Amino acid sequence: MAKPKVATTSLAGCFGCHMSLLDIDDRILKLVELVDFDKSPVDDIKEFTGRCAVGLIEGGCCNEENVKVLRDFRAHCDILISVGDCAIMGGIPAMRNGIPLQECYAEAYLKGPTVHNPSGRIPNDPELPLLLNRVYPCHEVVKIDYHLPGCPPPADTLWEALVALLSDKPVQLPYELVKYD
Amino acid sequence: MSDNLATVVRDICRKYGRERGRLMDIVRAVQEKFGCVSGPAMDLIAKEVGVRRVQVASVVTFYAFLSEQPKGQVVIRLCNDIIDQMAGAPDVARAFEEELGISFGQTTPDGKFSLEYAACIGMCDQAPAALVNDVPVTELSTDAARRIVRDLRKHMDPSRLVHRLGDGNNAHELVHAMVMNNIHLRGPVIFTPANRGEAIRKALAMTPAEVIRAVKTSRLRGRGGAGFPTGMKWEFTRAAPGDRKYIVCNADEGEPGTFKDRVLLTELPDRVFAGMTIAGYAVGAAEGILYLRAEYAYLQRFLEDLLDKRRAENLLGQNICGKAGFNFDIRIQMGAGAYVCGEETALLSSAEGSRGDPKNRPPFPAQKGYLDCPTVVNNVETLACVTKILEAGPATFSEHGSPGSTGTKLLSISGDCKVPGVFEVPFGIKLSEVLKLAGGEDAIAVQVGGASGQMIAREEFGRTICFDDLATGGSVMIFGPERNVLEVADKFMEFFVEESCGYCTPCRVGNVLLKERLERVIAGQGEPADLEYLQDLGQTIKTMSRCGLGQTSANPVLTTLKNFRATYNALVKKRTDGLQPAFDLGAAVGEAETIIGRKSEHAHA
Ligand SMILES: Cc1cc2nc3c(=O)[nH]c(=O)nc-3n(C[C@H](O)[C@H](O)[C@H](O)COP(=O)(O)O)c2cc1C
Ligand code: SF4
Ligand code: SF4
Ligand code: FES
Repeated sequence: MAKPKVATTSLAGCFGCHMSLLDIDDRILKLVELVDFDKSPVDDIKEFTGRCAVGLIEGGCCNEENVKVLRDFRAHCDILISVGDCAIMGGIPAMRNGIPLQECYAEAYLKGPTVHNPSGRIPNDPELPLLLNRVYPCHEVVKIDYHLPGCPPPADTLWEALVALLSDKPVQLPYELVKYD
Repeated sequence: MSDNLATVVRDICRKYGRERGRLMDIVRAVQEKFGCVSGPAMDLIAKEVGVRRVQVASVVTFYAFLSEQPKGQVVIRLCNDIIDQMAGAPDVARAFEEELGISFGQTTPDGKFSLEYAACIGMCDQAPAALVNDVPVTELSTDAARRIVRDLRKHMDPSRLVHRLGDGNNAHELVHAMVMNNIHLRGPVIFTPANRGEAIRKALAMTPAEVIRAVKTSRLRGRGGAGFPTGMKWEFTRAAPGDRKYIVCNADEGEPGTFKDRVLLTELPDRVFAGMTIAGYAVGAAEGILYLRAEYAYLQRFLEDLLDKRRAENLLGQNICGKAGFNFDIRIQMGAGAYVCGEETALLSSAEGSRGDPKNRPPFPAQKGYLDCPTVVNNVETLACVTKILEAGPATFSEHGSPGSTGTKLLSISGDCKVPGVFEVPFGIKLSEVLKLAGGEDAIAVQVGGASGQMIAREEFGRTICFDDLATGGSVMIFGPERNVLEVADKFMEFFVEESCGYCTPCRVGNVLLKERLERVIAGQGEPADLEYLQDLGQTIKTMSRCGLGQTSANPVLTTLKNFRATYNALVKKRTDGLQPAFDLGAAVGEAETIIGRKSEHAHA
């Protein structure tokens, strides 16, 4: 029987959650026995090749591109997991939510202390996706099946959750793996 | 100018004995004088009274009628609750805005006018209504709104807006209001001829224990909403250790759709003050406080005057009616615009000069209330009933009503009916009969008990008004066939979101989430799972909140879910695409499209 497939992506995140996934250390060998990776920065597959059992989402949605990718994940994955605080509630990027968008653009492209932009224009390049009016947590854009909190969630949390899901067991993580105070 | 501020603030503080407990009165007076309680004013008050500035600031920022930023010389507060909305408040609002050239929440550049929305101001039977400073203006139309602004521009004197006087004591020179009583049904208990002093004399001829027994025999239960047996409350307070005890009359009347206490205080204040005095005698208290909501400030001078009269007649003061050793006096504590202050422990916080934060119960006020002393808190109507019980005897009282709910109840009826107003009905009356009385038979829904009460559907109009079935502090709001009950519920949620004191998360955050999800459903973006979410979240708010506000704030949603399920079901549909229908990419990128100058390639695909 073909192995179930897992896809991952980093939207408005810092890749810290992906780093945490790699932090499962040698268990990564077990993981590749259990699953194949589909679209993911881990194997650099850019487009989905087929239906996936699980999609791991790092980061919330700060631009139109994020929304497109997230919707694509929803369309291809049976189970979607918001991994980490950015995916779950916007996290650090959402700190801009109280600041008018115009000011965010100005800070990034015009007025920031390290900006060198003699043209004085905010760039209009298709490579730069349009920003959303605010940063959205993933579950406000598509339905999310599980939330794994943490910044990032520890490797053990990711591991336990994945193994449970892939072996059709209930995801019942011990308290220590989901408490943060 | 700042010398002036210092002098005036000092004088005000001295007037109230520089007492921390009178902070409410002090900041109210400063607000009235300067149109705000500015930072420097807070510093001065803090110094005079001997508290930290943050304590003053916490009061100023809590109440709707106080502000740190300067308000206009005249503040127009238009009621924005559902009853007024149905009666045309949105048009009136627009007329005010156009005439003044400002939006709600703003002050005119010349500092003359501020325009604000208010929660129910207790004039629902003559909606749309507004307060112009302290002066109620009722049955507003767009023309009336324009005329009000034009007249004010000429004289800046709200009292001169009263061109016609209301009935009864509304026409009293110390009230001088256009407010109408609209008493449409007088029952055998409350609206009966009163003989000033009779009840007190009868009470003083008995022992305090006998007075309590009489109240217990009448089986009187609190009219403020919770229905606690009054005699028992008094007995607890009497038994509680402490030699200083207090009687507090709760005249906060903030529950949307309730205005019967306003009418009682206008027409039968003697009965209310007598009830407080009798309570004082029964529990051994020497001081009473009438906590009067800021919206009823127009009644204050009239009530103060009546207290003076009662002092002159020895119905208040020392050795009342010649009873050696029975001393009792009453002061009026003005509120400053906060629904939660109707909750008895929040009311006590407020009367003590703090933010209107509810306190943990137990201890109950009967053990530890005002200034930590045993305190009776009773509703206005409850105390008026007490007076009648002493006048006519407990048996005459309990022969009305139903076994579990004796006596009569004042209903404040508003909304889609022919004769909104106050009705004194016997407990146990069917809702359908109430509707007939008010001419609201074609109602599709009735909200019983105010925003925190229940939305009742036609099938249940046979239910009865009493503590064991449909309990109500008096609010009955009628909704006719053209109304959308879910939108009404949403409006009530807006009220709770605004009025939550913010202390506990389920209430502060939960109500916001509940409202958002409800609006999603109303917009046709809901799914069946959203209804479960509403139910669960509502239940959580109900069980996890600290005070009665949060414990009832989900009711608009929970009771419509129960009684208008079909309306909800018709709006939701199951989706299979896994998307959140409420997320609108086009709207989310709109601003960036304008700033950057290109269209999104994903949003419009
Ligand atoms: C949020 C909230 C608001 C309330 N508002 C009022 C009010 O305006 N008037 C009132 O008499 N009781 C109000 N109550 C009930 C009081 O807490 C208290 O039960 C009542 O004043 C007791 O008097 P009674 O026993 O005579 O009814 C309110 C309760 C809550 C939780
Ligand atoms: S949750 Fe933390 S680690 Fe994960 S993307 Fe956000 S900031 Fe990075
Ligand atoms: S339930 Fe609401 S109003 Fe009551 S204490 Fe909590 S936050 Fe304040
Ligand atoms: S005065 Fe507007 S709802 Fe009561």
